Amino acid sequence: MAKISLGRRSSTLADSEWLMTDSQNDPLSAISNMLDIISLSLFVSGIALIIAAIIGVPLGAMLALRQVIFKKIIMLIIYTGMGLPPVVVGLVVYIFLSREGALGWLGWLFTPSAMITAQVIIALPLVVGLTASAVENVNPELRLQIRSLGATPNQAMWTILSEARAGVVAAIVAAFGGIISEVGAVMLVGGNIEGSTRVLTTAIVLETRKGDFGLALSLGGVLLTLTLITNFFLLNLNKRK
Amino acid sequence: MKSSSSKTVLVMGVILTVLSACATPTPAPTPVPPPQKMRLATTTSTADSGLLDNILPDFEKKFNAKVDTVAVGTGQAIELGVKGDVDVVLVHARSSEDKFVADGYGINRLDVMYNDFVLVGPKEDPAKVKDVAAAKDAFTAISKASATFVSRGDNSGTHTKEKSVWTAAQITPTKDMSWYLSIGQGMGETLLFSNEKKAYTLTDRGTWLAQQSKLPNLIIVVGGSTIAENKDKGLLNPYGVIPVNPAKHPGVNFDLATKFAQWITSAETQKKIGDYGKDKFGQALFYPSR
Amino acid sequence: MQRLYKTLTPLFQLSRIRHNYNGRFVLDIDDLTIQRGELFAIVGPSGAGKSTLLRLLNFLESASAGAIRYKEHPTPPLDLTRQITTVFQHPILLHRTVRENVDYGLRLRDQRDPKRVDEIIARVGLAAFAASAADSLSGGERQRIALARALILNPEVLLLDEPTANLDPHNVSLIESIIREENEQRGITIVLVTHNIFQAKRLAARVGLLLNGKLIEVGAAKEFFENPKDERTKKFVDGELIY
Repeated sequence: MAKISLGRRSSTLADSEWLMTDSQNDPLSAISNMLDIISLSLFVSGIALIIAAIIGVPLGAMLALRQVIFKKIIMLIIYTGMGLPPVVVGLVVYIFLSREGALGWLGWLFTPSAMITAQVIIALPLVVGLTASAVENVNPELRLQIRSLGATPNQAMWTILSEARAGVVAAIVAAFGGIISEVGAVMLVGGNIEGSTRVLTTAIVLETRKGDFGLALSLGGVLLTLTLITNFFLLNLNKRK
Repeated sequence: MKSSSSKTVLVMGVILTVLSACATPTPAPTPVPPPQKMRLATTTSTADSGLLDNILPDFEKKFNAKVDTVAVGTGQAIELGVKGDVDVVLVHARSSEDKFVADGYGINRLDVMYNDFVLVGPKEDPAKVKDVAAAKDAFTAISKASATFVSRGDNSGTHTKEKSVWTAAQITPTKDMSWYLSIGQGMGETLLFSNEKKAYTLTDRGTWLAQQSKLPNLIIVVGGSTIAENKDKGLLNPYGVIPVNPAKHPGVNFDLATKFAQWITSAETQKKIGDYGKDKFGQALFYPSR
Repeated sequence: MQRLYKTLTPLFQLSRIRHNYNGRFVLDIDDLTIQRGELFAIVGPSGAGKSTLLRLLNFLESASAGAIRYKEHPTPPLDLTRQITTVFQHPILLHRTVRENVDYGLRLRDQRDPKRVDEIIARVGLAAFAASAADSLSGGERQRIALARALILNPEVLLLDEPTANLDPHNVSLIESIIREENEQRGITIVLVTHNIFQAKRLAARVGLLLNGKLIEVGAAKEFFENPKDERTKKFVDGELIY
């Protein structure tokens, strides 16, 4: 669906630069751009968070509750993973997903799928590590007592997770904050393509580069507000249960 | 036990410091004042070309100066000048430069040099634009073929040039066109992206030459192999140097900035600019304005 | 009322149990049978291994050596082990309401019975707190919830580990009366661990003395207290063993 605009244009290039209609000057398309960016940010980080939570919370609980061989080494790896620079994760994902990479055939590079992948990897150590820590802080006697009430090891794990829910919610909140504010990895694997992989953080970098500090700050404000609202809901989940 | 040994260390430290202070250095023939600092804002592509690393030491020596180069996007470079965070601006976006001066933030603009843009694209050349003379005709063909085209999308000099070519071709690409990708990044990243996607993109020749070895999937399709061979005069890219107006920002080093502008347009420096790149790339990256 | 068991049916059979814990040996029981429907008390000083024994009976742990058979099964499946439940000395409740704590065990078994839940809560005297947060209750009230959450499961075996050790007399007598009721009217087999000889005297039909992991003497309550066979039992009953 090509949009071709015919019209009189001045022949000299200098003048035509002046006459060039920039889509940013049109308020309606600016708003629609902004909405695209916001919804993509929420979509990418939301999906990544859900995947990381589904995998990471039970994993963290199992790590804390079961007799795992090499538990100390695994915890070391997880704690290191929590401090891993996100841009390094992005770089590795980029290498795997690029044309010559092992997973290049997936065709995910420069699509939201790649961004979600990178963000899941960034979020996972946070979710696993902080969940394990929260579960470890639950009274170990509890496990014995609920098992005596007939809980299977699986049922016991979910009950203990529920008791540790404050810490589990904190883990999820931390992970969300980490990935929605991340810029290096999503820039690398997403490409900041207008209309398909541009999110709030990469848009902020772009507007700053363009010298439009005012717009960059507004985008930053939107990002903060989104995080605030999301955390409000997440923390309420804690109370309602 | 512990406190007495740390006391010893403290005393030794004090003695050593006093001794070294007393030691008289070999007296210099004349006292040299510390170098003056000058902050220069320029674009990432200019910095990436390596030209400044090559010629600035000469300026620093001649004028006992230390130049801090801030390389950012064109828009941001101008903005730094508007804010007075730098003393002088060196960019290649004529309309933005003119506005910068017209608004009173810059003063005494001088032409420095020019290089050119080339259209690069995949070896397979799906839009069949190789060796087309005019960029606008190539752009038209790319649009008709819906071949993937990558735009810097960041209001940089390159982006501004790209937009002017689309205008000349009477086409307005938008993000809704799936073949047109606006990625809002610097020239280096844009080239790597285009290499990965096997897409067309407009680039300045300097960055292309510097990055070529990392871009195995791309070749120059419009613009020839040297500036001289570039049949499209519209692809020429002039650079301007503009000192920041001290009337707007009294704290800027206007004196040194003016000296810089004069030095970079002096015959000697202009010759150096014209020679840069010949040994490394077999051709000059820039043509001096004089 | 009437004893519901007429013949002696062994419910638990322990043979040659040797149990280690963190390298320490804690239990050494050659032979012990617990009959269906009896109220059996295990007494002895602290650290004698009584709690460990209860954990083994509830199949929460496996003995390092030896076998425990429940209804002839050395490794009973889930539906059988779910017939046994324990009330601990320090109950740990969930951060939920009293009601949710009591019906927790039912939900584990995919069952619902809100009417019975409220009945049991009333029976332990906590009807007024049914909707309150369990965390807000006192020690005695928490123990009553622990009892309620165990009883609602209709267990065949109720194991009690010092259930009234930290409670005031009112709570002690309330819990003891419920224990007695469950045993006499419903025929629940009860194993009660206590260091309170008087409680054992009040409730038990049979008593065993556990000392340093070994069962010194097991006998009918009357004989145990009035005419013990072992010298150490006599000392314990007379209150001479200091712990």
